[in-house]
Amino acid sequence: MLSIFHRITGVALAVGTVLLVWWLVAAASSAAYFAYVQGFMGSWMGIILLIGWAFSLYYHLCNGLRHLFWNAGIGLELGPARRSGILVFHAAVGLTALSVAIAFAG
Amino acid sequence: MVELALPRNSKVRKGKTWPAPTGAKHVKKFKIYRYDPDDHRNPRLDSYEINLDDCGPMVLDAVIKIKNEVDSTLAFRRSCREGVCGSCAFNIGGTNTLACTSFINDYKGDIAIYPLPHMPVVKDLIPDLSQAYAQLASVEPWLKTKTSAPERERLQSPEDRERLDGLWECVLCFSCSTSCPSYWWNGDRYLGPAVLLQAYRWLADTRDEFAGERLDNLEDPFRLYRCHTIMNCTRTCPKNLNPAKAIAEIKKMMLARQ
Repeated sequence: MLSIFHRITGVALAVGTVLLVWWLVAAASSAAYFAYVQGFMGSWMGIILLIGWAFSLYYHLCNGLRHLFWNAGIGLELGPARRSGILVFHAAVGLTALSVAIAFAG
Repeated sequence: MVELALPRNSKVRKGKTWPAPTGAKHVKKFKIYRYDPDDHRNPRLDSYEINLDDCGPMVLDAVIKIKNEVDSTLAFRRSCREGVCGSCAFNIGGTNTLACTSFINDYKGDIAIYPLPHMPVVKDLIPDLSQAYAQLASVEPWLKTKTSAPERERLQSPEDRERLDGLWECVLCFSCSTSCPSYWWNGDRYLGPAVLLQAYRWLADTRDEFAGERLDNLEDPFRLYRCHTIMNCTRTCPKNLNPAKAIAEIKKMMLARQ
């Protein structure tokens, strides 16, 4: 379950990079076009995409760290593997919430 | 290759029901996958109602009872009935395990029994494991040496012998390999957890002198590295072994020798 999620968020990150490029290209092209893209990012649709992308980033990052420990042969028993999976999921949710809070406070 | 839907000839039909004898108090229903290559029909799911007061405690006891007393056409593999031969591995209640070491009472409600997943089915609960056996042969699971044979046995210290604990106990039931999504998708090229655990059993043996050649044989994007630490293998293993850890140890040996 968590393992297929790692792959899904990886794909989401690749697609999200296109979004980032679109944003940068807009910033380099013209002020009017950048304002248009900025408007999309600020709309509810854009915000949902950005939150999803942030969650994907954090989940993929945390789970990547989990894989790093596994590659060192650490935490491969059933109990620790299950606990680290739960930890990774909660960490990703927490970091996403923190990012959203900072973004809306700032 | 990747298959997202079952092929048309694999859709499971409803089958027959074999009711429990009248007056039976503790009845358990076993839903068993049936497939006969000779009748040119799709597989079906037969229901057998078994009187538990007149049956042994294990799932295998019930399956043998069905074959002996209810429906002799049911085909399955079994031998030792005590978890050392690895023959009676089925998908029981959604988990691959040995029927002979699974208690009937550990399952709530009906018990569904299917053959090991994603393998060609020979008949009923018998999967065709020839490819898995060929993969096992490819890792040459026996002691290989370069030095000439000594006067007596090749000895090992108790500590060196201890390294093999958790590896030698494998009974090659292939519950793990057939629970692995990577093996489902790339079973033609990925060796799978059962075979890789065997490969590590010989890599970890201090008497074996072919570690380098064994690692060369595994150094391949598919044979070893399709393991993504999904851990289904470790979760399903009826002998409580840890193939995922064995595979991680092989990956570590690959790094260490660079």
